[in-house]
Amino acid sequence: MSEMHVVAFLVENRPGVLFNISNMFRRKNFNIHSITAGTVLDDDTVRITIVVQADARGVNQVVEQLDKMVDVIEVKRLDPLRAVNRELALVKLTTTDPMAREEALKLVNDYHGLILNIEPDNLIAEVTGESADIDAFLAAVTPIGVEEVSRTGVTAIEKGRLKLEK
Amino acid sequence: MVEMAGTKAFVKSLELEGVKYVFGLPGGVVIPLCDEILNGDFRFILARHEQGAAHMADGYARATGGVGVCLATSGPGATNVVTGIATAHSDSSAVVAFTGQVTRATIGTDAFQEVDIIGCSASVTKYNMQVRKASEIPKAVKTAFQIASTGRRGAVLVDLPKDVTTDVEDVSFPETVKLRGYHPNYQPDPREVEWAANLLAKAQRPVVVAGGGIINSGASRELVALCEYLMAPTATTLMGKGAFPADHPLSLGLCGMHGTQAANNLVPEADVLLIAGARLSDRTTGSVKSFAPNAKVIHLDIDRSEIDKNVETVTRVVGDASLGLRGLLYNVSKLRASGDAGSQWSKRVSEFRLQMNGTGNGHKEGYLRAPDVVKTLRNALPREAIVTTEVGQCQMWAALHYDAYDPRTFFTSGGLGTMGWGFPAAIGVKAARPDVPVVDIAGDGSFGMTENSMATSIEEDLPVVVVVLNNHMLGMVAQWQRLFFDHRYSAVKLKGNPDMVKLAEAYGAEGVRVDTLEGFQAAVRRAIKSDVSTVIDVPIDPEENVYPIVPPGAGLKDALLEA
Ligand SMILES: Cc1ncc(C[n+]2csc(CCOP(=O)(O)OP(=O)(O)O)c2C)c(N)n1
Ligand SMILES: [Mg+2]
Repeated sequence: MSEMHVVAFLVENRPGVLFNISNMFRRKNFNIHSITAGTVLDDDTVRITIVVQADARGVNQVVEQLDKMVDVIEVKRLDPLRAVNRELALVKLTTTDPMAREEALKLVNDYHGLILNIEPDNLIAEVTGESADIDAFLAAVTPIGVEEVSRTGVTAIEKGRLKLEK
Repeated sequence: MVEMAGTKAFVKSLELEGVKYVFGLPGGVVIPLCDEILNGDFRFILARHEQGAAHMADGYARATGGVGVCLATSGPGATNVVTGIATAHSDSSAVVAFTGQVTRATIGTDAFQEVDIIGCSASVTKYNMQVRKASEIPKAVKTAFQIASTGRRGAVLVDLPKDVTTDVEDVSFPETVKLRGYHPNYQPDPREVEWAANLLAKAQRPVVVAGGGIINSGASRELVALCEYLMAPTATTLMGKGAFPADHPLSLGLCGMHGTQAANNLVPEADVLLIAGARLSDRTTGSVKSFAPNAKVIHLDIDRSEIDKNVETVTRVVGDASLGLRGLLYNVSKLRASGDAGSQWSKRVSEFRLQMNGTGNGHKEGYLRAPDVVKTLRNALPREAIVTTEVGQCQMWAALHYDAYDPRTFFTSGGLGTMGWGFPAAIGVKAARPDVPVVDIAGDGSFGMTENSMATSIEEDLPVVVVVLNNHMLGMVAQWQRLFFDHRYSAVKLKGNPDMVKLAEAYGAEGVRVDTLEGFQAAVRRAIKSDVSTVIDVPIDPEENVYPIVPPGAGLKDALLEA
């Protein structure tokens, strides 16, 4: 059965690595929903988190193909019960109407978001949460008027003592 | 640290890797490298096309079990090697390709002969890199050789911007490089070996399918020992030819689209199927559903990502084939005595072995039957001779009817099926093994693709024999058109073929046309003693089919046997 899986991995910070990884995903026909990347404590290592839609055998192949790449240092499928996932969204809402503005502020508050910018006609909200929370927030604010959305994709980390590097 | 130019660092690095041959063709940005190569402790073999150079390096790598090296200039030189490295990589052959590149400052400006070869080659290499500083050349070379030749072997490309090779910097030569993300795993997990051995020990109808991994790992002896202990009949994939001796009583021959009846019937009947060093492409399995419907599949491979990729397994053994097979034999021998699991199975196996080789169409006036030609070739050659093949019917006739007895005596482009591979590869093989006859079993179409390698063979004193199974056809495509497209020929007739004898003579090679098997045998015997390459032109009926053939998408048992 095809489901969403979160896979996290560490790679060498060298030119072309992101290209090689996305190229492999394309070549193998993997269905990648989101990909996030950033250096970790040292500048030599980049941590990448992907969300992939696949069945059990498919996600296994994703992990194995990544593991096989010379520049991939460590790779793991994260157990959803043993990890926290977060995604951040920036949402520009139309608030020409004062009622709408009030409603928007309330919803942002409900979703523990922040207001980053306010202008006469619109405001920018920042919301973080699991992807489902962000979907829900977007659904809630759609009637108000959404001008633009930018989502980061999922980043994740394991709970307790578990961690990616050995 | 010593101060030296990038070119010197490059040549010294190759010497430190023990390189004996570099196959290549120069151009603007690699002129400084070629100049320094004059001082190198290895031979530069000038190809006539970079694809040929890469195939030569590939042949050299397969014959030696080491690394083959090729060199090309930037732009078109580099793109010309892509087919060559893709072919090598797909067959797990350790080829390191060096390409020139425009200067660092001009990269990205669409300079003359600038091609993004890193982007182009990413999907067809195990690793690639562009060197950014002269002082990094030794480390880059070391890394390339290490990655290409360890674990599951493959192709590596190193791109060298021109000014990186001409800069003078402080250079040191590392003995090894540490790569955080690369740890090839040779030693199998003992628990995996035990589980697999348990299954094998209980098998009533065990079958083994051996692939190229057995050859790369040097595991043939271990394979034979295990199969004999279990009395397990053994088929090989195309890449596995030579991994198990063809004249062994347990040998089933080739399995797959053009497999023997013995292999293709017995593999699907197995109750326990050991896949050893094979990646199970569609050409080997036929329809995956009917490949091993009743079997518990055990997969032994050094590349973990191959397991469960195409065929679902019950037990895996990840690691080097020779260590894995040794472990399996040791464990099986603790669980049961040597010999036959069920006498019915051995009876069935020997029945099938009797009717092993597919035949062919009846004889037609003016032509020799291809299977007979291949069998005659086998008889005319010493046991240790090495055969390469081109691609098409010629390749499948070779695979079906040429008995390979030892590993590294039969080489073919299995994964990619690259027409034009066999001849330059044979030249690379000859460079590695000047002591044995090397023969390319060729088709006329394939030979035409890299026939210019003859100039290299003559110039460099690397004589090989090319047996052209000349059907004046892109024969395999024509066969599909006969069988699956209502006999409509489209774009397959090679009416404009050159006269193969004159072609050979034009290069200063020998050419001979034969019209009987006796004449063919005599021509082969002469050719393998000749100081120059020989092209033997053999007339083959353009309508002759390779049988058996499993139609695409069908199960192995559903082979067509005869027209
Ligand atoms: C480079 C390349 N182009 C096209 C093909 C497709 N193809 C496979 S077999 C074949 C015909 C080969 O003809 P020939 O070398 O004469 O061998 P024959 O089948 O006639 O024995 C072709 C065109 C290929 N395998 N490789
Ligand atoms: Mg032909």
